[in-house]
Amino acid sequence: MDFSLQEIPALVESVLPHLYLLILAVFLGIEVIGRVPQVLHTPLMSGSNALSGVVVIGSILMVGRAEDAPWPVLVLACLSLVLATINVVGGFAVTARMLNMFRKKK
Amino acid sequence: METLIQIGYLVALVCFVLGIKGMSHPDTARRGNWTLAFGMGLATLVTLMQPGINNMLWIFISLALGSWWGLRMSSKAQMTEMPQMVSLLNGFGGLAAALVALSEVMDMFYGGAMEKLIIKVMGMGVLGNYYRIFYLVTLMISLAVGGISFTGSVMAMAKLNGKVSGQPVRFPMQGLITNGLLVLMTLLIIAILLTIAIVTSPSYTQVLVFALLLLSLVYGVLFVLPIGGADMPVVISFLNSLTGLTAATTGLLFDNRVMLMGGVLVGASGIYLTMLMCKAMNRTLGAVLLGQFNAGSGEVAREVSGQIKEIGVYDTAVLLAYSSRVVVVPGYGLAVAQAQHLVHELEKILVAKGAECKYAIHPVAGRMPGHMNVLLAEADVSYDLLVEMEAINPEFPQSDVVLVIGANDVVNPAAENDPGSPIHGMPILQVHQARNVVVIKRSMAAGYAGVENELFYDPKTRMLFGDARAVLGDLIQEIKRL
Repeated sequence: MDFSLQEIPALVESVLPHLYLLILAVFLGIEVIGRVPQVLHTPLMSGSNALSGVVVIGSILMVGRAEDAPWPVLVLACLSLVLATINVVGGFAVTARMLNMFRKKK
Repeated sequence: METLIQIGYLVALVCFVLGIKGMSHPDTARRGNWTLAFGMGLATLVTLMQPGINNMLWIFISLALGSWWGLRMSSKAQMTEMPQMVSLLNGFGGLAAALVALSEVMDMFYGGAMEKLIIKVMGMGVLGNYYRIFYLVTLMISLAVGGISFTGSVMAMAKLNGKVSGQPVRFPMQGLITNGLLVLMTLLIIAILLTIAIVTSPSYTQVLVFALLLLSLVYGVLFVLPIGGADMPVVISFLNSLTGLTAATTGLLFDNRVMLMGGVLVGASGIYLTMLMCKAMNRTLGAVLLGQFNAGSGEVAREVSGQIKEIGVYDTAVLLAYSSRVVVVPGYGLAVAQAQHLVHELEKILVAKGAECKYAIHPVAGRMPGHMNVLLAEADVSYDLLVEMEAINPEFPQSDVVLVIGANDVVNPAAENDPGSPIHGMPILQVHQARNVVVIKRSMAAGYAGVENELFYDPKTRMLFGDARAVLGDLIQEIKRL
């Protein structure tokens, strides 16, 4: 592998659009929860925990392309898909249970 | 088709943002959660429509198994166990990310992933070499951070449910070993890059990759060990943010925007939420993660001495029945004894006798911010009676009786007046200003932070020893008989 300084401008140029998106997403992530009351800290954490299970998409893509791959690849990918699905489904269900208790009672 | 998929991802991402936004307000929180879930479902569905997805049978079996298991776990968990539950789920997410990375590595060595990468790199011209390094580093970060998040979350869970001591665990040269491990992991990643570039045989690299995974698993345990049990919510929130980061790096690996942006979103909001939680306890994130419970001042905590006074159930009943302003301070002891419903019953009886009864909720009552609100709401306690710390503190001097049930550190006056106390600086409920204080507690054992409580020795305080559930049951009977 050889690298040369002449490639740097092209490198920066190719990275910049992604950098824009990432930096905006970071600010969005912070701004969007802005002022959250303490009572909602636990449900919010639980909900964002479920959201971090978005890695489930990576698991699906991995299983999906493991057709001609050796079997350990498929096994690992399936295992990760099961775990990620538990994270997502369990996470949203738990959050819903917590929030149901805040429902105003007549 | 490709356009449709990208539009689907875009809609899912908008759902994520709106969902998180909704969840930060009480009125819209439930809708916010469903918006998030809808977005996730849409993203999954769209992914299944991608061309070139094979093994559909395996995908559906795994999805079904995971959904069934997830629903089962969430429906069986007690409300008191919620923090542990969230922690465990987060650990699963981290492990999933690590396994995706590991299976990609295996595919590189024994399957066709390496050739695909090389073809892609060739097509990128001059930037190909940079991309290749970037790809491999991202892969290793996914693997390592996912591993840390997994064992860290499991440790946090074990500390919360008491399987591992909640006390900070210390051993000689701890800082050196823990930080050394991080350095070692960085070196390993460099070594892995070099072996892939120079040595073409996968067996060397494979050993290094497994070593990296192993070290990250060990690091996760060592990372959480020195942190006290009371700080676990902060740790869980931090680890959740880490899992978000691994979702983002996995998104980079697969060139998948919704994973990347969703992961960054969780990572950023997770860190912010972590800092909000720290702020509620008057701590900094750094101090929490380094396992220091405000050890800064260097003064020695005051010895607490004096006589404690006990009180019986009957006397407490009389005291309560003839008070006009009662404040209940619920703590984790109440939750453990499953006495939420009894407290609510006591409150109804006192209100029927003409007293005013409120609940003082400390920001970190229970095991997580907001946890106590959830537990009391489960027992049908009206939302309006739950008063937050800032609002109730000025009312204590006018309160006739404060009933402290299974709470300890959050009512310890040392946090305000003893600079040497380990919990100095933590905001507390100023119950010591009330006219009478009755503390229901199982024994004189110290609280979660492991410090003595001088409130118990206050002349106005009386101790009512016993299990919260049993004591409250007796108390209700006595008041009814008066």
